[in-house]
Amino acid sequence: MAKNTQLSFVLNGEEVQLLCEPRHSLLEVLRDILGLTGSKEGCNNGNCGACNVILDGKVVNSCCVFGLEVQDREVTTIEGVATNGELHPLQQKFLEHAALQCGICTPGFIVAAKALLESNPRPTEADARLWLAGNLCRCTGYDKIIRAVLDAAAVTSGEVTPVEVTAGGRK
Amino acid sequence: MKEIEFEAPQTLTEAVALLRERGKDARVLAGGTDLIVQLREGKREPDVVVDVKGIPELYNFSYDATSGLLLGAAVPCSRVYNDPVVCERYPGLIDAASLIGSIQIQNRASFGGNLCNGSPAADGVPPLIVLSAVCRIAGPNGERELPAEEFITGPGKTVLEPQEILVSLRLPPPPERSGAQYLRFIPRNEMDIAVAGAASYLELDEDGKTIRAARVSLAAVAPTPLLVSEAAEALIGKPASEDLFEVAAEAARKAARPITDMRGTEWQRRHLAGVLVRRTLQGALARARGTE
Repeated sequence: MAKNTQLSFVLNGEEVQLLCEPRHSLLEVLRDILGLTGSKEGCNNGNCGACNVILDGKVVNSCCVFGLEVQDREVTTIEGVATNGELHPLQQKFLEHAALQCGICTPGFIVAAKALLESNPRPTEADARLWLAGNLCRCTGYDKIIRAVLDAAAVTSGEVTPVEVTAGGRK
Repeated sequence: MKEIEFEAPQTLTEAVALLRERGKDARVLAGGTDLIVQLREGKREPDVVVDVKGIPELYNFSYDATSGLLLGAAVPCSRVYNDPVVCERYPGLIDAASLIGSIQIQNRASFGGNLCNGSPAADGVPPLIVLSAVCRIAGPNGERELPAEEFITGPGKTVLEPQEILVSLRLPPPPERSGAQYLRFIPRNEMDIAVAGAASYLELDEDGKTIRAARVSLAAVAPTPLLVSEAAEALIGKPASEDLFEVAAEAARKAARPITDMRGTEWQRRHLAGVLVRRTLQGALARARGTE
């Protein structure tokens, strides 16, 4: 029989408590137990980034974290990115730039990009592309995503104009 | 994933006691970026997963000029490259820490875990080898130490007994006029597993030209990461030059025992071993001279 174990942690600013099996990943805890289906299962092996959450300030693949590992930790999911009903500049710019088609990769990209801007408020295009290398998109070809991220960086860092985007970000 | 038990010992003593009892059915969890995937794929099937991230000795991370770098086995790569002193003193280590996987992986994966996973293509291992890292291992019979180049014994296999745990790595302080670099070849720009990888370490005499010490290590071209002593022998005592580096590269090509698999052919890997050794020797030389 599976041994259900108690787990409590801070999720998007609020304490949550639940029971889960030791084998449950954090992604399974979020989606299947807590009903927070914003984080997606794209690959289940740490390659695609669709499951990204922020754990103690660091973006991680929640498919590669056991639920029980986050006991007493702080987790932010895509559901916690907009605050007080207002979209984060990243979300706003993704809409403006049409940086999504099917949208499956988008929560992961938003979370990872949020972590990028918190670590480096004025990334270059190459910085952004390298940081986001762990997030895969099958629909867009990444160009509009990068434009949205750099435009959002301009907003959050108070710059007037965003960094210019070239093809592939390489010379 | 099969059902598992999850334990999180908070001290090294607790962990050793737990592994003494359950070691044969247990697997240690640090960052989980290899283990959790293997569990899901059925490649490893422990009954117990032992989360060691709460044990202070495995999370230690400190540098001082006398004793060098103490790197706990569970310290994630991002903690390593976010430390400005370590970045300055051990750029060869930082090369690997910032290449492994992605940002998300680097926030969890550790050098210790990279060693314990035992992949022949492990990016973290050649830098540890050329920087003369020493592994501290704890078990029911006490503690032992051994050099990093002896740790991995075959694909996915290490010297660890089932009841043993890798605690930490110690890297000596880098001598003056020394430098190291790690490079790998991958088909894309990020996220791949090395087709071939090489790390080189050079220490120069006061003349800034003669090689006082050298170490060369290869990844992904043999069943284990290699320490290529023939390359080092070709270099030590000689003045650094392009021609000399080519001699070392040839020794590396001869030492490589690559296979052909889905990532590359045997001849391409052998060729790359030579190219990457030559380039990392150039990189190590520039870092040793401070001209990077």
